[in-house]
Amino acid sequence: MAQKGKKVMVTVRKPPHGSIYVQESIEVMFIFATYEMDLSVVFLDDGVLALHPGQDTKELGIKGFMASLGALVDWEVTNVYADRQSLKDRGIAEDAIIAIGKDDDSGAPIHPRVLDAAEIAAMMAAQHSIVSF
Amino acid sequence: MLHTVNKSLFQNGALENCLRLARDGDAILLLEDGVYAAAAGTVKSSLIEQAVKRFAVYAIEADLKARGLGNLIKEVRVASYGDFVDLVEKYPVHAWL
Repeated sequence: MAQKGKKVMVTVRKPPHGSIYVQESIEVMFIFATYEMDLSVVFLDDGVLALHPGQDTKELGIKGFMASLGALVDWEVTNVYADRQSLKDRGIAEDAIIAIGKDDDSGAPIHPRVLDAAEIAAMMAAQHSIVSF
Repeated sequence: MLHTVNKSLFQNGALENCLRLARDGDAILLLEDGVYAAAAGTVKSSLIEQAVKRFAVYAIEADLKARGLGNLIKEVRVASYGDFVDLVEKYPVHAWL
C-alpha cells in the first residue's frame, strides 16, 4: 500500500472530541508522512471544527490532540487545507484557525490554507486514494 | 421532559427532530458535539435562537470549553455537571442519540 510518492489525501469531516475519528486521522497523517507519500490533508464539513481556536479539553479529563495538530509541520505534513464554506457556515473566521507549526526561519505561525470547494475538488480528482475520517 | 442532544447539528438531524416534538415547558440540554448548536453566528444558529423562546436551553460547560466555544447565543444557560444532575432529578430524560 505504502508506495513512496503516491498521491494520498486525508479528509477530516467529523467534529473533534465527541468521537475518536479526528485523533485517528492524525495518527494516519503521521504514518503517511513517515512513508514519504505525497500527502494532502483537507479539513471540511464538521472537520473544520478541529481548527477552532481556544480548545481546552482539561475539564473533559482527556489530553486532546491540539498539540499534535500544532506540530503537523514538524512531521512534514505541510499540505494542509481548510474548506472556506465549512468555516463560514460554522462562524469561524479564516484568520482565527489554529496554527499547524512555525516557519523555521521567521518563527511565524503556519496555518492551514483556506480553499474554495472547486480547488478542493480539483485536488481530490488528482489523488490515487482518499482516506476519509 | 429533559431532552438531551449529543450530536453535531451540522451532520445529524437529532436536534431538529427533538425540537419538532418537544413541548412548551420542556428543557433541552446540549452536550458533547451537541454544544455546537449553542454557538452564535453560524448558518444554523437560528434553530436555538428560536428554541430559547419556548424552552430552557442548557449547554455543558466542559464540552463548550473543549471545543473553544465562547461566543454563544445569549439565552443559552451554561451548565456544570452538577447542574446536569439537578436537571436529571427534576425531569424525565429523553436522550436523542
